[in-house]
Amino acid sequence: MVLMLSGKMRLLRWWFIFLLCLSPLAALFVNLLDDNLGADPAKIIVKELGFWAITLLWLTLAVTPVRKLLGWRWLMSFRRMLGLYTFFYAVLHLLAFATFLIGWRWDILLTELTKRPYIVVGALALLLLIPLTLTSTKAMQRRLGKHWKKLHSLIYPISLLVMLHFVWQIRSDFGQQFIFAIILAILLGYRLYLKGRSS
Amino acid sequence: KLASAVRNAELSVSDELAPYYHAITHNNFYEFGTDKRDPVRYAQKFKTDPWKVEISGEVAKPGNYNLEDILAPHALEDRVYRLRCVEAWSMVIPWLGFPLAELIKRFEPTSKAKYVQFTTILDKEQMSEQRSSFGTIDWPYVEGLRMDEAMNPLTLMAVGMYGNALPPQNGAPLRLVVPWKYGFKSIKSIVRIHFSETMPETSWNITAPKEYGFYANVNPAVDHPRWSQATERRLPSSLLSPNIVDTLPFNGYADQVAHLYKGMDLSKWF
Repeated sequence: MVLMLSGKMRLLRWWFIFLLCLSPLAALFVNLLDDNLGADPAKIIVKELGFWAITLLWLTLAVTPVRKLLGWRWLMSFRRMLGLYTFFYAVLHLLAFATFLIGWRWDILLTELTKRPYIVVGALALLLLIPLTLTSTKAMQRRLGKHWKKLHSLIYPISLLVMLHFVWQIRSDFGQQFIFAIILAILLGYRLYLKGRSS
Repeated sequence: KLASAVRNAELSVSDELAPYYHAITHNNFYEFGTDKRDPVRYAQKFKTDPWKVEISGEVAKPGNYNLEDILAPHALEDRVYRLRCVEAWSMVIPWLGFPLAELIKRFEPTSKAKYVQFTTILDKEQMSEQRSSFGTIDWPYVEGLRMDEAMNPLTLMAVGMYGNALPPQNGAPLRLVVPWKYGFKSIKSIVRIHFSETMPETSWNITAPKEYGFYANVNPAVDHPRWSQATERRLPSSLLSPNIVDTLPFNGYADQVAHLYKGMDLSKWF
């Protein structure tokens, strides 16, 4: 099923997806101004931003399988946007943590970053996202040639670090982590399956 | 009866109270869901009347008592306590209740009663998280104290807060408040009080023994394995300049309770 859209429709679709990705942040803002985030908005904001960073990372990883299985070639042109939004929410997540929860107290920040395994793996994942973000442009893609693909396969270890970051925060109920782990297993498993078939 | 409660100034702190609205909408009561906002959403229809409490184990007068009979002889006091959650946030709450010691004496524990264990109601129909397939807590929730901790004048049996009866999300109709320990020790909606010679099981300790000990005394020097306990965010807290305060040993109640742990290595008995 190949839909041929006019330029105008394509632009509309681009804006739709762009704004859709931005909507969780907008919703968070509205809820904050409406005083809907309860007695501890700081914690909720940090958690929500983290949730959307993970969700967008999983969506980025879903582009290739969905495109291949459903034949939605147009989806490919949104992979970059989803990836950049992942970085965007991950950075906001970290900034919200450092500002709302730690108050930029460097003494606390330093111990958190060195002593807490879940924060260390989260920070590492974000650090690894930086080169991917910087090389996300078409120009960089061309310049790096075949190295680009190699560099961007960093997304796989990053996704595992992120999953670990998420799992290490379980206190008693692991329902959400379970669902995210299953989806990640499918997304990564699909790639292993493709690799196995081609070799 | 609740209105007649008099503030116990000697055992109250002068810190600013958390707004009532915050205290009833920000709760850890996992039986109703693990999000802080779940209990207020899902506990409103929780049935607390009629309510029975089983007294069992090493006591002269065991039995199944109606809540009214449990409460009848006790005059209520109003006490303002700090509540320090193990998750490193805190609130200041005015409780209404009476010393647990007075309740315990009525049932005449035997000389073998070295510990007391409390149990929260098990009711899968009313409490959704008790039905969850992804939970790791083995319901019902249980907590415990050493007898001398239970008899300490600070240890409170609460039936109300802010001059009103306890809302369901805060542990109606009867809960424990142990202000020098992390909040999870202060078990909610109690249906059983059991006296024993040996240390009883406690829910978080069974779930994650490396993270939660039996004692769970507030201690800035002993970190939770996943986060620091040196500081806490006192709620309500502003977003841009979070209200971070240093955590005090025994949550500031060291004068009243530190002697209970003399000679104990508190990094081992965390």
